Amino acid sequence: MYVAVKGGERAIENAHRLLAHERRGDRDVPEVSLAQISEQLSLGVDRVMTEGSLYDRELAALAIKQARGDMIEAIFLVRAFRATLPRFGATEPVDTGAMQVRRRISSTFKDIPGGQILGPTFDYTHRLLDPQLAEGFSPEPPMTGEASIAATPRVTDILGRDGLIEPSPEAGADSVVGDLTREPLSFPADRDLRLQNLARADEGFLLALGYSSQRGYGRNHPFAGEIRFGEVEVEFMAEDAGFAVPLGGIALTECQMVNQFKGSATEPPCFTRGYGLAFGQSERKTMSMALVDRSLRARELGEEVVAPAQDEEFVMSHSDNVQATGFVEHLKLPHYVDFQSELGLLRKLRKEFAEAAEVPPMQEAAE
Amino acid sequence: MNAPAYNFAYLDEQTKRMIRRAILKAIAIPGYQVPFASREMPMPYGWGTGGVQVTAAILGPQDVLKVIDQGSDDTTNAISIRKFFGKTAGVATTTSTVDATVIQTRHRIPEAPLHGGQILVYQVPIPEPLRFLEPRETETRRMHALGEYGLMHVKLYEDIARFGHIATSYAYPVKVNARYVMDPSPTPKFDNPKMDNCPALQLFGAGREKRIYAIPPHTSVVSLDFEDHPFTRYRFDAPCALCGAGDSYLDEIVTDDKGSRMFVCSDTDYCEGRQSAGHRGSESAAPHKERAHG
Repeated sequence: MYVAVKGGERAIENAHRLLAHERRGDRDVPEVSLAQISEQLSLGVDRVMTEGSLYDRELAALAIKQARGDMIEAIFLVRAFRATLPRFGATEPVDTGAMQVRRRISSTFKDIPGGQILGPTFDYTHRLLDPQLAEGFSPEPPMTGEASIAATPRVTDILGRDGLIEPSPEAGADSVVGDLTREPLSFPADRDLRLQNLARADEGFLLALGYSSQRGYGRNHPFAGEIRFGEVEVEFMAEDAGFAVPLGGIALTECQMVNQFKGSATEPPCFTRGYGLAFGQSERKTMSMALVDRSLRARELGEEVVAPAQDEEFVMSHSDNVQATGFVEHLKLPHYVDFQSELGLLRKLRKEFAEAAEVPPMQEAAE
Repeated sequence: MNAPAYNFAYLDEQTKRMIRRAILKAIAIPGYQVPFASREMPMPYGWGTGGVQVTAAILGPQDVLKVIDQGSDDTTNAISIRKFFGKTAGVATTTSTVDATVIQTRHRIPEAPLHGGQILVYQVPIPEPLRFLEPRETETRRMHALGEYGLMHVKLYEDIARFGHIATSYAYPVKVNARYVMDPSPTPKFDNPKMDNCPALQLFGAGREKRIYAIPPHTSVVSLDFEDHPFTRYRFDAPCALCGAGDSYLDEIVTDDKGSRMFVCSDTDYCEGRQSAGHRGSESAAPHKERAHG
């Protein structure tokens, strides 16, 4: 006698209840607060905001807590919420040249107007596990100084004044900003959509692609012209008021790569650009993004497309970790109908194979 | 904190209009893949987000919804999607194929014939039938535009040369309205003939790949084949062990570790309907009770 398995609904409810229990962990250990996540795991929050495409520290912290620290799951939660939000329009372009800089370095010039500012960075720390941090450690307050009133122009603007680097294309005042979350993507894609895709792309995927371009798979000779991290003002053009209204400040990291370019018969040689931008302090992400952005400009700059990082259909179709994880993990769903169909075919082919093997080889006709 | 408030059937009306426009275009060009601005849904890509968006866009308060996965109403993802619409749209749900006005499905077409006025919504993972022959979208779109399907016929021919048969057992390609080659989604090829001249509207949604396509009612759908190797259906040659049906697609169930197997209808509504009408198979029992756990 066979009893068909039922009760999936109750199994799902119980599984979710168990998940909530596991998420909480040992109840003798104090619960982690959103403020703790936002303050003490801030780079994780930055990544979730960047790849989730939503600047909201509190929601990103909630997503990390809900996802038990699984970053892609947290990004997914933020994305699904973002998809339901109404769109009022696009802000004015942010001016990263006017950034309130907290960190700013250039690897192309020893000194630059406004100076090199190391800021909060893992760079030059020795990666030795620090037992002091395990509990109750109170770090010294940071050094402070007089804020400089000197402007901090972008390094690429300094190069641009002499025409040594290609100009950044200016968007027309009325030109519409592409949005691949509102319009289906088609190929070939323009750079605005490519950059949007890269900004939302999985950090690990971009890191690997950027790395591959450094190792010779579509090499483009990069220099880190400048990496800056700090606060910029966001403004929105209010049609009724007739002027741009400040909405507030957001923290951004920007990376401008300076890359080689030979020039052509009609154009003098100049450096080319690769661009990276992300919410919060996300240096690995922006540097990788800038490398891949430059690689993806191969078609535009008349370079031969030979490496994965230069192939826009390959990169843009596989960069999104929410899409990727969904499709990879959907293999967990039942496939027994199709599998049954494959089994049937395979059994038939094996049977025919066995039958063919049983037929004795043809005898030579007796003379 | 921004507490979310959701619209009827989850999606906002602007998004629904955008999806409906894509659906109308898809119906106007049977078998053609219409790009649409697929949204991030609160379930993972690859788990039916395309079908869910199509269903959300066409669902009205009077609709009666059925959701199946592998032919069954009680597989976990079918339950999850049915609950989603029960919660966000408050529509009536059913397991009965005949009573449903909208049926969302993954991997099967119900055994009971569909009737006019019904809509069958398929969840589609890879909408492009040429994808595994040509990975580039720019290329495959051109091939569709030119009706250039030689590559597909070569693939089917190579199967015959190598195995003696067309070695595709599910997601078997079809030609719709004598124009577009279309992926029927990963349904077993057993179900292909049900798509031809079907009185119901068939809509296909691929969320991750951002495509919608359609087969309008009473449209010709022909499985690709050759004159000397005609298309054949496959089903395991046995009656259903629960209802005795000899015409339904069967699931294979492993009953012990000594090679014992039994075969039962994959379409649970069809199987239960036959059992309540008095049909019996070799292993008939009371299949309707929840199995006791622990």
